[in-house]
Amino acid sequence: MLHIKCPYCGIRSQNEFAYGGDADVKRPELNKEISDLEWDSFVYLRKSRRGKHLELWHHISGCRQWFKVQRDTATHEIFKTLKPSEDI
Amino acid sequence: MQKYSVFSLIKNALKGHKDWEVAWKDPAPKAEYDVVIVGGGGHGLATAYYLAKEHNIRNVVIIEKGWIGGGNVGRNTTIVRSNYMYDNNARFSEFGMSLWRNLSQELNFNVMFSPRGIINLAHSDAQMNVFSRRGNSMRLNGIDAVLLGREEIKKMIPMADFSDNVRFPIFGALMQPSAGTARHDGVAWGYARQADSMGVDIIQHCEVTGFEVVNGKIKGVKTSRGDIKTNKVGLCVAGSTSILAEKLNMTLPIETHLLQACVSEPVKPILDHVVTFGAGHFYCSQSDKGEMVMGGDLDGYNSYTQRGNLPTLQHVLTEGVAMFPFLSKLKMLRTWGGIMDMSMDGSPIIDKTHIEGLYLNCGWCYGGFKATPASGWTFAHTIAQDRVHELNSGYSLNRFHTGHLLDEKGLGTKTWIS
Repeated sequence: MLHIKCPYCGIRSQNEFAYGGDADVKRPELNKEISDLEWDSFVYLRKSRRGKHLELWHHISGCRQWFKVQRDTATHEIFKTLKPSEDI
Repeated sequence: MQKYSVFSLIKNALKGHKDWEVAWKDPAPKAEYDVVIVGGGGHGLATAYYLAKEHNIRNVVIIEKGWIGGGNVGRNTTIVRSNYMYDNNARFSEFGMSLWRNLSQELNFNVMFSPRGIINLAHSDAQMNVFSRRGNSMRLNGIDAVLLGREEIKKMIPMADFSDNVRFPIFGALMQPSAGTARHDGVAWGYARQADSMGVDIIQHCEVTGFEVVNGKIKGVKTSRGDIKTNKVGLCVAGSTSILAEKLNMTLPIETHLLQACVSEPVKPILDHVVTFGAGHFYCSQSDKGEMVMGGDLDGYNSYTQRGNLPTLQHVLTEGVAMFPFLSKLKMLRTWGGIMDMSMDGSPIIDKTHIEGLYLNCGWCYGGFKATPASGWTFAHTIAQDRVHELNSGYSLNRFHTGHLLDEKGLGTKTWIS
């Protein structure tokens, strides 16, 4: 069982949360000319790192806020949780 | 190579089993090979076997970080099936079924292929409509599919919950009678033994640490036991694909996720088929030892741990008990996890890459084991001929760019969502 620290509510058990995927993926800017390749990268390509991984989680059965988690995909150690606007 | 038969068994039994030959050798890696296969799992071993058998390419090495059969080929729930709706998936997996049916004879190794039928339960009228559509698509591709009503299923699996007050009543099912199970370790060992006998080197406990790429062409691999020169490299490393891709400066439409499975204590024969729950992700069959073999959802977040977390297992087994209430009386014997290469449309990739001589076999999601023979066969063709076969032409890497996705389950890119 993971224990995840929601930046708004504190430490809660994993079953209160839903996973939202890789947080390093950046959506191309709105109204900007972009190539198909840039769009493909955003939609489909993932680094899927072994080790430190920045990812989105949703406190879906709690405050319903999205936030970022830095977690080790090989050990499940959680290093840091951040609000969406914050950077590592 | 020593032939396995009832006579060789009796002969060796009388001699106290002292004269069996080793099933495969333990050679030191040579300096150069025609083809290097990275990954000694089912797919890698099958690829090497078909390279030797179908294309007469025998100067081949399989490099395995752990031991052969220690990854997903030893961690799955042994289900073999071809109940797919899309033409590409249906043709590919039905070709696989034709290989499965003769595999024990072909490999001279009992892979215990047991076509006991797979039953996908439906719990609503809408689901019955979807299953009837899928069944019709399967039949158009020459795959056996039968739509079953509630009363027919009751005769086949009377231990399922047919009571009146259940949350997900059983409306009917889609069955593929020719689907079934096979002995997963036997598949790995059978391929390994035959590949070895045809000259393939199987190098275990040897990790690929890097690649030599010159002017866009692959020239060799670096390993923990020295450098190996080659012009062709095939990657069959399932959940470790993204790790090797990073060494090649490639980013792939793949995420690595953890999938758990478990078996109960052994009980007397009760379940004759493979059965899947239709209102969630749970499936069950009974092994020859009597254990109930069960699996379900991914843990749901990127993971390389090869071991699972309890909440998912609880969730999966809750579904299991909803389907088969008797499961609640059983003790769990073992649980384990494997790391899946989840592709962004739920279908695999068997293709060439932008690097000349580098071939990719990955993205097997939940369905790698049953694909082992067809994957090895088509990947061997792709490597030997330097072009994809018609059977794996849909499994291209650039389909994510061209839009020709094979999204069989309609999940989009979030294949980890249950």
